[in-house]
Amino acid sequence: MSTVLPYLLSGISVGGQYALIAIGYTMVYGILRLINFAHGDVFMVAGILMVYLNATGLPLYVTLPLTMVITVIIGFLIERVAYKPLRNAPRMSIMISAIGVSYFLQNMVLYVTGGLNKVYPTIPWISQSVNVFGATTRMVTLITPVLTLILVVLLVLLINHTKVGMAMRAVSKDFETSQLMGVKINSVISTTFVIGSFLAAVGSILYFTNYNTVIQTSGAMPGLKAFVAAVFGGIGSIPGAVVGAFIIGICENLIKGLDLILLKAGVIRQTLDLTTFSDAFTFALLIVILIVKPTGLFGEKTTDKV
Amino acid sequence: MSENVLRLQDVTMQFGGVVAVNNLSMRVDEGEIVALIGPNGAGKTTAFNCVTGVYEPTNGEIWFQGKRIASNHPSGKMKKLYAGENMGKYRHVVRYTPDRITKMGIARTFQNIRLFKTQSVFENVLIATHLRKTSNPFTATFRINAREERKMREEAMELLRIVGLDAVAEEAATSLPYGKQRRLEIARALATKPKLLLLDEPAAGMNPQETDELGEFIRQIKEHFQLTVFMIEHHMNLVMDISDRIYVIDFGKLIAEGTPARVRDNPEVIQAYLGVDEE
Amino acid sequence: MQKGWTVSQKKRPDAATWIAAGIILAVYVAVFVLEQIIPPTTMLFTVLKKGATYALVAVSMNLLNGFTGLFSLGQAGFMLIGAYVYAIFSMSSEVRDRVYQYFDCAIGITLPVIPAILLAGLVAAAFAFLIGLPVLRLKSDYLAIATLGFAEIIRAVFQWKKLGPVTNGSNMLKDYPTFNDFNIVNAEGKVVLYLSTLVPFLIAGVCIAAIVLLINSTYGRSFKAIRDDEVAAEAMGINLARHKQLAFCISSFFAGVGGAMLAMFTNTIQAKSFTSAMTYEILLIVVIGGIGSVTGSCIGSFLFVACSEWWLRFLDQKQYIGTWEVPLLRNGFRLVVFSVIIMVVVLFYRQGLMGMRELPDLFRKKKRSAKPGKEAAQ
Repeated sequence: MSTVLPYLLSGISVGGQYALIAIGYTMVYGILRLINFAHGDVFMVAGILMVYLNATGLPLYVTLPLTMVITVIIGFLIERVAYKPLRNAPRMSIMISAIGVSYFLQNMVLYVTGGLNKVYPTIPWISQSVNVFGATTRMVTLITPVLTLILVVLLVLLINHTKVGMAMRAVSKDFETSQLMGVKINSVISTTFVIGSFLAAVGSILYFTNYNTVIQTSGAMPGLKAFVAAVFGGIGSIPGAVVGAFIIGICENLIKGLDLILLKAGVIRQTLDLTTFSDAFTFALLIVILIVKPTGLFGEKTTDKV
Repeated sequence: MSENVLRLQDVTMQFGGVVAVNNLSMRVDEGEIVALIGPNGAGKTTAFNCVTGVYEPTNGEIWFQGKRIASNHPSGKMKKLYAGENMGKYRHVVRYTPDRITKMGIARTFQNIRLFKTQSVFENVLIATHLRKTSNPFTATFRINAREERKMREEAMELLRIVGLDAVAEEAATSLPYGKQRRLEIARALATKPKLLLLDEPAAGMNPQETDELGEFIRQIKEHFQLTVFMIEHHMNLVMDISDRIYVIDFGKLIAEGTPARVRDNPEVIQAYLGVDEE
Repeated sequence: MQKGWTVSQKKRPDAATWIAAGIILAVYVAVFVLEQIIPPTTMLFTVLKKGATYALVAVSMNLLNGFTGLFSLGQAGFMLIGAYVYAIFSMSSEVRDRVYQYFDCAIGITLPVIPAILLAGLVAAAFAFLIGLPVLRLKSDYLAIATLGFAEIIRAVFQWKKLGPVTNGSNMLKDYPTFNDFNIVNAEGKVVLYLSTLVPFLIAGVCIAAIVLLINSTYGRSFKAIRDDEVAAEAMGINLARHKQLAFCISSFFAGVGGAMLAMFTNTIQAKSFTSAMTYEILLIVVIGGIGSVTGSCIGSFLFVACSEWWLRFLDQKQYIGTWEVPLLRNGFRLVVFSVIIMVVVLFYRQGLMGMRELPDLFRKKKRSAKPGKEAAQ
């Protein structure tokens, strides 16, 4: 147990961070049927913003909210500039546009940072070390799942009990009809991107506090994994994305420690170097779920009409 | 053996709790033109989709030229949900994909024209000769079997000449006027060399003159290619004019069948179909 | 009426086709001549070699995305397989001990270059076959993400220590035959005939020609039918599963060959460099050139490579106009400008350079009414 615990803890923590990103994917997909490839990069940009804002010497209670606000603005602008003009274009075009935005954001950050690893500022209290059942970890590990769940509950309340939320649900059920019924499609979509970017910003603060450095490619992998989490949970379903993200985060970290765990348990004699597969596992899981249950854990079934 | 070209036995198609086709039994005999009519949403296209393998019927069997091409019974979740009849009568599960059905000799057109949009008129027909190829990708790529390619092209052009579209062979398929697009879809279906041709609302969107021409056209190709024709149609004039027999369905259930004259006078049909006429 | 008959049935090459063939021939002659007269270290040759490699990979991707309508993002994975297979099997046995420092190399045979390239393609195609069985049933964006996932899995597997005797683990593979080994050298070691650019052009040219022939064959026509309308294609007797699988394997075969070429171009390879970013680059080339145009993919890849490696290089250094220092110019600015250009193409010129036209079409009078290219992408 003592070998497994640290991996489990960091798994839960990373899972929570993936969850915050995954919500952005799943909401956008639910409404636009678009894999927003740039979402992972928005998450990375939030990390970079924090680095640069902190360097100005402003206090944390200014830089943290400011990071979130700017990230939200970026998310909003991306939708307006890169996706809105393509609303009636084939799905492949919008996806390519998303890949283009991702490419642009990465190159922009590369230009600004010179392609160097940037050290993420230490945020007091949440970077503190704590001791949980004999395993040393950071406060952020414990905060993440709690914060994630609070935010998700708030989000679900928002979606189920407000007018905007109702509009969102309507649009994701039937885009054209809700447009005809007078739902302001554009503002609903913008709201989705705003919420998604906000959660990604929160996720980035937690994630980079854990990992310490940011570089232009930092967002790609977490982004993809969060997307896998969204698919795993059933794309379009927020609770699904959260459950999926936790499962993926935990599995990934357990695989990282699998060699050690198996060694200690006496199952194997020498290491198998399974750590290599901690990323690949996520995708293997994705492919299995797509084949076995393409609608994910909580997804709804759709049928094509001929 | 049997002179039935197509036979449906107790075919039920249920989506979730919705029964789209309910216990439908019917036959189409060699050389006939048979029409399937009914109000919108009666399940006509669903029945077509069962025949062509797009859908797997929930229960019942479909036979084509003495061969069982579809057979199913409710299983899994459907066992509880099933609202149709004759459950347990059919034991086999037979299923073919649409391409296999087409290869057996059933070709179809679509209610909302589905031409290959980026292709020319000629290419649209040419594609439908692909199913008779004998070449593999390698021999086809390096033109080792050039004679076959030439033969495909000849056949496609011949067909276009028969349906009167040879003059526009090189035009983009989507640039044709509506009526000609319908005609092209039929030509494309004929290029698969079918024995049975399924037409899904061939006259939809046509004016009376075009509709008359279409009727004549269907009769002509039927003679020329020795086809059996099974069609869904809303234009009553066309249906009464060219069909040998008519089946009427409403809410997925067969409510009448017979010659045009008999069907026209059937009070149930008048009530269900003509009474709520949408056209 | 008579005219349509002859054009469609015989399909003799018309004048425009001959002009196009002439242009292509002229390009090859020019490459050969330039290589003999310009110093080989010039940037031009880097661009030409990498451009030829990317052209092949882009065309192979276009075969899937543009002509069959399957949105696959696995290209980097198949390139990786091709590059590794080529490097492993073309390496001479003396070199092997040096390269495989930490492992006992399990491969005992050395193949000549051309068979090694073919093997690279075949292994990539075999992998594609296995991957395709489950994945090709998925629709558009799910297919994209699943193929992307497979590429990542392949990347991890090739870096796995336990496979070290074959793949050298996460270490570099090097000292296998490269493009420069095609130069003909005399007894003193002096190059008498430069072929290091012409050969990649020939390899890519032969492969792309094969793809073009395939596209114009009855199989290519059914691929396009699947792209235009899956339901109608199936109703015309086209077996969707088999034809998708076929397109996927053929595309991967050529991606594998492209990977082998990339290995020859870069001189050393490492699994970690075959990331999804590489696939995105190739996708962007396809988009810039025009989804559904082989010519577009070729032109696009040379433009892309030339811009990113050469023409826009000046943006990465400080520049002066007179004594005035142009602002913003420093390392990385090139890529920013580049991505802006790409976004502009994606948003405002969705047809790309060529739309769905090919080289000969440029010399034909516009006969057919405009093709609705944008619907084609779906």
